[in-house]
Amino acid sequence: MWELIRANQRRAATLVVAMAALLFLLGYVLGDALAPGGGVTGLLVAFLLWVVLSLVSYFQGDSIFLALAGARKITKADHPQLINVVEEMTIAAGLPKVPDVYVMDEAAPNAFATGRDPQHAVVAVTAGLLETLERSELQGVIAHELGHVKNRDVLYMMMVGIMLGAIVLLADLGSRVFFFGGGRRRTSSRSDGQGQLLIVIVAVALMILAPIVAQLIYLALSRRREYLADASSALFTRYPEGLASALEKISRASTPLATATRATAPMYIVNPLGVSARGLADITSTHPPTSERIRILRSMAGAGLARYDDAFRTVTGKKGGVVPRSALTAPEQAAATAPAASPAMPAVPVAAAVPAATLAQAQAAAAAPVSAAAGRLERVRQTTDMLWRLNQFIFIPCACGTTLKVPPAYAGQEIACPQCGARHTVQPGAA
Amino acid sequence: MIFGLVLLVLIVVAVAWVMGMYNGLVGSRNEVKNSWSQIDVQLKRRHDLIPNLVETVKGYMGHERGTLEAVTKARQQAVEVTGSVEDRAKAENALSQTLRSLFAVAEAYPDLKANQNFLALQEELTSTENKISFARQYYNDAVLRLNNRIQMFPSSVIAGMFNFQQEKFFEVEAAEDRQVPQVKF
Repeated sequence: MWELIRANQRRAATLVVAMAALLFLLGYVLGDALAPGGGVTGLLVAFLLWVVLSLVSYFQGDSIFLALAGARKITKADHPQLINVVEEMTIAAGLPKVPDVYVMDEAAPNAFATGRDPQHAVVAVTAGLLETLERSELQGVIAHELGHVKNRDVLYMMMVGIMLGAIVLLADLGSRVFFFGGGRRRTSSRSDGQGQLLIVIVAVALMILAPIVAQLIYLALSRRREYLADASSALFTRYPEGLASALEKISRASTPLATATRATAPMYIVNPLGVSARGLADITSTHPPTSERIRILRSMAGAGLARYDDAFRTVTGKKGGVVPRSALTAPEQAAATAPAASPAMPAVPVAAAVPAATLAQAQAAAAAPVSAAAGRLERVRQTTDMLWRLNQFIFIPCACGTTLKVPPAYAGQEIACPQCGARHTVQPGAA
Repeated sequence: MIFGLVLLVLIVVAVAWVMGMYNGLVGSRNEVKNSWSQIDVQLKRRHDLIPNLVETVKGYMGHERGTLEAVTKARQQAVEVTGSVEDRAKAENALSQTLRSLFAVAEAYPDLKANQNFLALQEELTSTENKISFARQYYNDAVLRLNNRIQMFPSSVIAGMFNFQQEKFFEVEAAEDRQVPQVKF
């Protein structure tokens, strides 16, 4: 695990430097093309743009993002099972702190994680997700999100995203100045001769190409992070089937997420905007095709990172794996992920985790097939109750067995129970 | 002069290397300790939840006195046991077994299954059970990392010099429990 994080950081550093070089090159060439000798000014503008964007997103990024997504923080009383699952996966991932849990009032099942480091991590899920998924599937999804947190993906994607934003902004700015405000400078540049003309051509080419290249790098990275988080999820839960069937359910629900935009899409577990036809979608998508992710998870012969890498290569037919080499060659990783095959380790954590994780399901299955439908009903009821509570609705248990759920505006008034007609006074703030 | 300089550089590199190895070993050992305390917290939490569960269930399951007593007894033993990892693991596994049979028996009592208090306790215990097994999973991985470091060359040399001890895995169950249960009709 640690090897994986270190490999991530190395790769992140390289890419951030590469993107920064692209950004500063663009700034320099643009500056020089607009006014001979203005390269340094252009460089400064590029640098300032980057600093401002970085500062804002480092300190405000997660709260802006949560506000954009319309997410609200919940506590254990609101949805005990969700909080429990998050706590379980925090332990499995060995994270130092249980992340804050947010819920979005959305019917489309989806989830995301944000926060710049594990100390400030946030996990958010939609109400639709809570209604749709069984416990073990929810575990898989939360483990995937905590995989993002553990691998420092959030910070990483944020840094690369800022670079991308800065490059796009700069190119846009440059083209505006060029075509609308650069008349006088253009005549002066023509008199400067060959060299200056070359600079202008390079500037125009960069202005067009840099945002596209940056975008493609960003998307390729985003897809790789998704595979890695899937691998981490399998490692944490030791039960890839949970995430696989969750992904199946999520992709089957075709409702697009209303609050997702192109800027926030890469953060979700499954692309919230829906996918266009395959082909071009492969390199222009933030997420790998869900069907492929499911196939990889289902063809895993174990639960470790090495097993995921094998499955990835079999399913996609690609030579290079997705998990950084150093994480695989580390001896502890190889042994830890294939405990059943290793006689040195009789403890067999796979066998330990799975029965306990599916204990509740096993019991439900033993009871009767009817209980599956009852379980779904129970989940829907829990979720809607939680949403009522988050909206400050007041819950009044009536003696006849029904629970009245009253809008906060009715506080202080007297209402009748629709079942038995008993009168209740609505206490403001009563849960 | 040159020879002296080379020697000095070699010594510095060697010392840095030993320090790195040593710190890696200490880090692994602390990880094991820390993850053990995680298990401890969850085991304690389970001990605290069980009296509530027994209290709630008692009214509904008058006929299942034996099951309830087994749970209470197993809990008592798990609380009292001190000493090695192996002994504690054994007692806790026995407790897990009795709890599992309690929840299985509870399936036969529809009234009990409709009780909100019981449902909340069941969720809490299921989750605690999960947390124990995930903490155990993490603990075992940490022990494996430490033991590998202690056994593998070259860190084994440093481990021997500073007397690092191998740790024991938290075993899941006794060997006979791990066999596939026999189903009879």
